[in-house]
Amino acid sequence: MDGVHDLGGLDGFGTVEHKDAEPLFAEAWERRAFRVMIGWIATQDPDGRFRHSIERMDPAHYLSSPYYEHWLTGAATMAVESGFTTQNELDRRAGGRFPLSRPDRGVLPDDLTPRTEPRYAVGDEVRVRAWHPPGHTRAPRYVQGKRGTVVRFDGAHDIDDIAAHGGGSVADPLYSVRFTSRELWGEAAADGEVMHVDLFERYLEGPQ
Amino acid sequence: MTADHHPAELAPIEARVAAIESVLVEKGIIDTAALDAIVQNFEDNLGPMNGAKVVARAWSDPDYKARLLSDGAAAIAELGFEGPEGELMVIVENTPTVHNLVVCTLCSCYPWPTLGLPPKWYKAPAYRSRAVREPRKLLAEMGTNIAADVEIRVWDSSAEARYLVLPMRPDGTADMSEEQLAGIVTRDSMIGVQRL
Repeated sequence: MDGVHDLGGLDGFGTVEHKDAEPLFAEAWERRAFRVMIGWIATQDPDGRFRHSIERMDPAHYLSSPYYEHWLTGAATMAVESGFTTQNELDRRAGGRFPLSRPDRGVLPDDLTPRTEPRYAVGDEVRVRAWHPPGHTRAPRYVQGKRGTVVRFDGAHDIDDIAAHGGGSVADPLYSVRFTSRELWGEAAADGEVMHVDLFERYLEGPQ
Repeated sequence: MTADHHPAELAPIEARVAAIESVLVEKGIIDTAALDAIVQNFEDNLGPMNGAKVVARAWSDPDYKARLLSDGAAAIAELGFEGPEGELMVIVENTPTVHNLVVCTLCSCYPWPTLGLPPKWYKAPAYRSRAVREPRKLLAEMGTNIAADVEIRVWDSSAEARYLVLPMRPDGTADMSEEQLAGIVTRDSMIGVQRL
């Protein structure tokens, strides 16, 4: 989905608040939220649903909350959607409003055929499809519709777009694709800067 | 919908964590004591000190460096570092003409076995949005000036691969032991926001 999580290229966030070192967990609740999510992942095997449970957060909530609040919100959303609890029960136990993520609008593709043999080779020119799916994808918005060059083939892996929406493990060839700054950012581009994105074959078309 | 169903007041974050944790414990889904051991492992054993050993070995042993560049995960496992978020490791080497920078624009992907959990700034919108749009300018703001004739290669960890930058070995380190070398390799140099 073209959600608020898909941040590549957006303007307006200012300078990076960099620190040379910081505690692994700044506050006790962060450690506890991390523990909840790794426990959920270990027992429920949510595949790509973990990431998508966070991507479906209300955009204002996403941007205004610390990182581990994303994990907390995602874990609680998946627990409700799996029938382990309800919104009302979480509100009651928390003693106030417990915001959850919005409903999953993702749809599975018609073709769920696994593929392992790569269609493209290193050096091939490709174009990323511009299909802007309503569900989970690993094709960031800033490369959809853009032309690039395959620089690496990483073998076939289960594609998250399908696993995240209940389609199970479907293998798809995975590539690293190089884009020029000019292709991505047009007149705002800079020379001598290239961007690489790891993209499944289902995202690609061409050569053209 | 009544007010009962949607309390106006946002519950404090600590209360929300306690609420979902209590539900999952009661349902038998999570065992907090067992999970504490996993979290403790993150706290004690995973961090950039591991990646620094990988870099120092690559600087000291050309054969190891060759293995590292051809199959990152296998070469890293030789030093005992492996596990989740480290199964497919791609090592990108800095040279006098190429500087590499790693980001995850969609989330927070990061090589856990070699660098541990990512720092806050790596997961925050400013870094994720700008690293792929204006990397040279961003690096300069962060105190790392990359000459105009050095190509900047940005790697967006969007899927399976996790990236580790192999920094250039600094001048004046020829007499240093591998252990001493590991001591000068920083987290930021292995993400690519710093040159040593």
